[in-house]
Amino acid sequence: MITVEIDGKKLEVQEGTSIIEAAENAGIWIPRFCYHKKLSVAANCRMCLVEVEKAPKPMAACATPVNEGMRIFTTSEKALAAQKIVMEFLLINHPLDCPICDQGGECELQDIAMGYGRGISKYSQGKRSVEDEDLGPLIATDMTRCIHCTRCVRFGSEVAGVREMGMTGRGEHGRIGTYIKHTMSHEMSGNIIDLCPVGALTSKPNRFEGRSWEFDQMASVASHDCVGSNTFIHSLRHEAMRVVPRDNENINEVWLSDRDRFSYEGVKSHHRLHEPRIKKNGEWQVVSWHEAMAFAAEGLRTASEKWGADQVGALASPNSTLEEFYLLSRLMRGVGSNHIDHRLRESDFSDQTLRGAFPGIAGSLNDINQQNAILVLGSDLRREVPIVAHRVRQANKNGAPVMAVNMIDHDLNVDLAENIVASPDDFVQQLSGIADALNGKGEPTSEQKAIADTLKAAEKANIIIGHVALHHPNAVAIRALANAIADLSGATVSHLTDGANSAGAWVAGAIPHRAAGGAAIETAGLNYLEMIDNPLHAYIVMGISPDFDTAHPVKARAALNKADFVVSISSFTSDILSESDAIYETADVILPMVPSAETSGTFVNATGNWQQFQGALKPQGEARPGWKILRVLANFLKLKDFEYTSSDEVLDAVKAAVEANDLMSRVEKSLVLTSLPATTSGIAKVTQVPLYRADQLVRHAPALQHQLDESHRSARLNTRTAKLLKLASGDRAVIQDADESYVLPVMIDDKVSDNAVALSAAMVGTKTMSDFFGPITVTKG
Amino acid sequence: MANDVCFRTMHLDDPASLKTYESLGGYKMWRKILKEKTPPAEIIDTLKTSALRGRGGAGFPVGLKWSFIRRDLPGQKYIICNSDEGEPGTCKDRLILRYNPHSVIEGMAIGGYVMNATVGYNYLRGEFTEPYEVMEKALVEAYAAGYLGKEVFGSDVDFDLYNHLGAGAYICGEETALMESLEGKKGFPRFKPPFPANFGVYGKPSNVNNTESYASVPLILEKGGDWFLELGKPNNGGVRVYSVSGHVNKPGNYELPLGTPFKDLLEIAGGVRNGHKLKAVIPGGTSMPILPADIIMETDMDFDSVQKAGSLLGTAAVVVMDETTCMVDALLNITGFYSEESCGQCTPCREGSGWVERLLHKIEHGQGTPEDLANLERVANNIAGRTICALGESVAWPVGSFIKHFREEFEYHVKHKKCMVAGA
Repeated sequence: MITVEIDGKKLEVQEGTSIIEAAENAGIWIPRFCYHKKLSVAANCRMCLVEVEKAPKPMAACATPVNEGMRIFTTSEKALAAQKIVMEFLLINHPLDCPICDQGGECELQDIAMGYGRGISKYSQGKRSVEDEDLGPLIATDMTRCIHCTRCVRFGSEVAGVREMGMTGRGEHGRIGTYIKHTMSHEMSGNIIDLCPVGALTSKPNRFEGRSWEFDQMASVASHDCVGSNTFIHSLRHEAMRVVPRDNENINEVWLSDRDRFSYEGVKSHHRLHEPRIKKNGEWQVVSWHEAMAFAAEGLRTASEKWGADQVGALASPNSTLEEFYLLSRLMRGVGSNHIDHRLRESDFSDQTLRGAFPGIAGSLNDINQQNAILVLGSDLRREVPIVAHRVRQANKNGAPVMAVNMIDHDLNVDLAENIVASPDDFVQQLSGIADALNGKGEPTSEQKAIADTLKAAEKANIIIGHVALHHPNAVAIRALANAIADLSGATVSHLTDGANSAGAWVAGAIPHRAAGGAAIETAGLNYLEMIDNPLHAYIVMGISPDFDTAHPVKARAALNKADFVVSISSFTSDILSESDAIYETADVILPMVPSAETSGTFVNATGNWQQFQGALKPQGEARPGWKILRVLANFLKLKDFEYTSSDEVLDAVKAAVEANDLMSRVEKSLVLTSLPATTSGIAKVTQVPLYRADQLVRHAPALQHQLDESHRSARLNTRTAKLLKLASGDRAVIQDADESYVLPVMIDDKVSDNAVALSAAMVGTKTMSDFFGPITVTKG
Repeated sequence: MANDVCFRTMHLDDPASLKTYESLGGYKMWRKILKEKTPPAEIIDTLKTSALRGRGGAGFPVGLKWSFIRRDLPGQKYIICNSDEGEPGTCKDRLILRYNPHSVIEGMAIGGYVMNATVGYNYLRGEFTEPYEVMEKALVEAYAAGYLGKEVFGSDVDFDLYNHLGAGAYICGEETALMESLEGKKGFPRFKPPFPANFGVYGKPSNVNNTESYASVPLILEKGGDWFLELGKPNNGGVRVYSVSGHVNKPGNYELPLGTPFKDLLEIAGGVRNGHKLKAVIPGGTSMPILPADIIMETDMDFDSVQKAGSLLGTAAVVVMDETTCMVDALLNITGFYSEESCGQCTPCREGSGWVERLLHKIEHGQGTPEDLANLERVANNIAGRTICALGESVAWPVGSFIKHFREEFEYHVKHKKCMVAGA
C-alpha cells in the first residue's frame, strides 16, 4: 500500500492502481469515455486528464499508475482546462442530434457535456459525416456520432475474442467499422451497445421506440441458460422495450449474451396466447378460465380413473420456474403419478439415482476463470452457455490450457491446447483412452495422454460436460468416464444443463425418481423418454412444443396425439418458423401461461444460486403465471394443501422441502462402468440445438431469428464423408431417419468429424428427425 | 571539414558496398569488440564522453539511453533503428541508408552487443524502396562476410538484423507507433510509461535510435569519444547532417560539425536564392518553432544554442524562407501535413489538427475574422500537452511560433483578405 493525495484527500492505495481507479474507490469521479473497467486502457479520449504535482503536462488518469506521495488534482484549473478543451474537441464533429438519438438521456457524451462543455460551440466549419454500416439485425449504427473511444474495438479483441470492429483510415478521417462489411455474429455482440458511450451503436430492435427516461426498470433474471444472467427489463407503458445487463460479478459480470438481451421481443409476439381454449368436438373454442380449468381437471380425472393414475405424465420445459416445477411435481404426485420430467433433450437416464442434489457447475462461475486447466467434453460452449464460454476464454487468457473432446471441431474462441474431434461413436472411446492414460493402462494416443497429463499437472482443473454430451445416447457413460478422469487427475466436473432452471427442476422434484427437496419416493416414475416410448393416456405439457423442445420430435408428437387427453400450459400457440402447429394438433385444452418476464419466480442456476425475480411486465390478455395456473388446477382436482396465495409461499415450501431432506448435502456418486457401450458403424447424426432455437421465447424473437444462417438449415458433413456418400456442396441430401425422411441442402464443413452428419434441431427442416444421434442413411436427392 | 562521419563513403566509388566500407576500416570495431569482449560499460562510457545525442529529433544522449536497458535481465531484447524519416524537410537518413548502409549495420550490431539484444529491426519509411534494396543488399553482404548471424566470428554473440519497410504513415516515425507497426498493428503511438526500454516491441525491452545515431557509433568507438566530442561542442558532440532546403541556391545535405554558425551553413548552401533577403528559418524540421532571420543569423546550429534561441534542432532539417514567403500560406502548408498525418487515435490531435487547418485555410483565403485568429492560437495551444504522443506539439509549435514572430502578417490577412507579401 502506498499513500497518495487526491484533491486533498489522503488515500492508502494498492501500488500499481491507476489514478482513475484510486479516485473512484475514494468516491472521486473523473470524467472519461474510453476507459472501461473491463477493457484494456486506451487513453485515447483524453477526457480524464488530471493535474499531477511536478508533472509538466496533465496526465491521463486511466493510464497513469499512482506513485508513493503523488499529489493529484482532478478539478484544479489546469485539470479542468484540459478536460474542457477535450470536451470541446469531441463536440466539434459530433452531430449533436440528441433529440433524435436513442442514446439521448443515457449518453455519456451528453452527460459530461453538461458539466464540461460550453453552451455555444466556437467551431463553425462543416462537421464530419460518416457512412453507416449494416451490422445486422441487432445493432443499429449512426457512425457520425462516433467519438473513436474504441471500446467496441477492444471488446471484440479482448472480451469476445472475435475482432469484428476496427478502425480504418487516419486522423479525422479514421472510422470505426467492420471494414469488410459483415454483420455482427458473435453471441455477445450486443454488449457493444452498452459499451458505446454515444449513440453510434444502439439497439436495432428498440430503435426509435422510446426515450430511456420514460422507461420503467425492473430487475430480472434471463431465462435461457443455466447461468441465469442478471438483467434489467425496461418497459414503457407495460410494453417491453429492451433488456440490459444488471452487473453481477459472480454471474454475468457486466455482460449479457445476445439471446438474453434480445429474446424479450418474444414477449411481444403475435403468437402469444391470450385466452384459455378447449377443443370440443374437434373444434377449438375460446372459453373462460373457469370453464377451461374445469375441462382440464375433468379430462385428467377421467383419464386417471379410467386408465389409472400412472397413465398420466407431465413434461415441463427446463425454463419453468422453481415454483412451477414444485407445483407441477406436487400436482402429479397428488394425482398419483411420478411420471414427470424436464430432461426433454436427453435420452440416457440410467445414472439418475446416483446424481447429487442437481447436475451443475462445480464451484462458482468465478472459479472457472481461476482454473489452471479446462477440458471441454461435447460442447459448443459459445452456442450453449455464452457466459461460461466467456469465462473459459478468460481462464485461457489467464494462462490455463483449454482442451476439448468434441464431435464437431467447435470454435470455442480459445487456442485449444489439445483438440480431439471424434465421431459420435468414437467419442466415448476417446474418453476411455484419457482415463486409461491416467490409469497407466491400455495404449492411449498422444492426445489422450497429453490431456491426461495436463489435467493431472494442473492444481485446479475442471471438466465441463456440455449439451452435446448431455444429449448423447451414451451420456451416462460419458459422465461416468468424466468422473473417473476427474477422480484420477484431481479435477472437478461441471455439467451444463438445458434451459434456465434444470437445477430448479431437480430441487423441486420435476424428475421421476425424487420428490421436492430430493425426497425419496417408492417407485420411480417414467422418465421423459419412457413416457413417449410407451405413450400414456394423458399428459400435462408445460412450456414446450413437442416438435422443437424434445430430442425425439416424431415420437413425442405421436405420443401426445395418441393420448386421450392433453393439457398444454403454454405461452405461445405456434412457432414462428413452423408450418403446422404441434400444440393445437396435440392438445385438448390450452391454458395460457405468461413468460417469465410477466411472473414472479425463481431460477436456480447451475452453481446452485437461487435467483428470485419479480414480474417485470403486466400479464398479457388472460394469460396467467404458471404457478397460479397449477395452483388452481390442483384446486379443481381437489388436491390437498394447494392454498398458496403468492409465489413466495411456494418458494418457502420448496425451501422447507430442501431443508427437511437435507438436499444440499447429497453428493454425486460415480457410476462404475463395467463395459463401454457397443460401437456401431455407418453414418450417424450429431445434432445441436441452435442458440436462437433453444426455447419457445427465443424462437419468437424476430431479430434473433434473423441471426440464423444457412448452416442451421443444412446437413453439414466433412469432405471425406461427403465423398463417401457421393455428395457435394449444394446437393440435396435425402436423409432417411427411422421411418421418416427429410431433405436438406448439403454444406461441406470440415469441422464435422468423420462419418457424421451435423444437423440442427428445433428447425422446421428437421422436425421429423427421430433422435439427436441415431444412425441415418443419406443419399443424393 | 565535412562529410567525415556518416557520409565518409560518399565520395568513393560504389559507396554502399562492403568492400568500400571495409576499406575505410569498417567493421574493425565490431571484430575488435567481439574478439576482446570489450565490456559494454566501456562502450557506453565512450559514447557518453562523445556527447553523441540522438539524431532523430529529441537529442537524447545515446550513451545514457543505451544504459537504460538492463542487459543482465533474462529474455529477448531488441535493437530498433528508426529509419522512418518523415519529418518534412528531412532527407539525411535516406542518404546514409543509400551510401553508407554498413555503418548502420555495424552500429546496430554494437548496440545489440552492448544491450544483449540478439535481434535488430531497421524500420524504413514506406517510400524508401531504393534505400530498402540497398540495405537488403548490404545485409546479404554482411551475413555472407560473417558479421551477422549466430555466434558471430566464433564468439557467443548472436545478432540477426531485419529490414522492415513501413506503409507510408508519418506517425510510424514515433517510436512506439513504429513498434506497433512492426508488430503488424495499426501505427498508433502507445502511451508512456511504460517506456520502450522496459516494454518495447512485442512487450520486450527495446532500444530505438535514429539511423544517423547508429551510423555514428562505429567511428566514435574507433577514434574515441574525445575525438568526436571535439568535432562539435561540449554537450553537442560530433557532426550533424543538415538537410538544407527552401530558398537557398544549393539545397542539400551537409555533414558539418555541431555548432556551425547558421550564417556559415547558409553560405555553404549557396546563400539565399536570387539575392533575396532571408525572412525566417525552421531549424529542425517543420514541427519545430520557426525563427526569424535576425535571431537565426546569430545562432549556432547545435542543440543547446538553437534551444536557447527559442526553437529546437530537431532533425536538423533547415527550412529556409526568403522575403517572398507568405507566412500564413507556409503555416497552412505545414498544418495541412500534420492534420493529414494525425493518426486519429486521441481526441485533441484528431479533432484539433483539422480544426487548425480549416481555420488557417479560412484566413489564407480571405475569409478569416479576428475571432478566427484568436481561436487558431487557442486551439493550437490547447492541443499541445494533451495528446498521447508528440504529434500534438507538432501542430501547436509551428502555429504558436509563426504567430508569435509574424503576427502582423496574419492580422493583415484577416483585415485585408490578402497577403501582406507581394507576389506570394
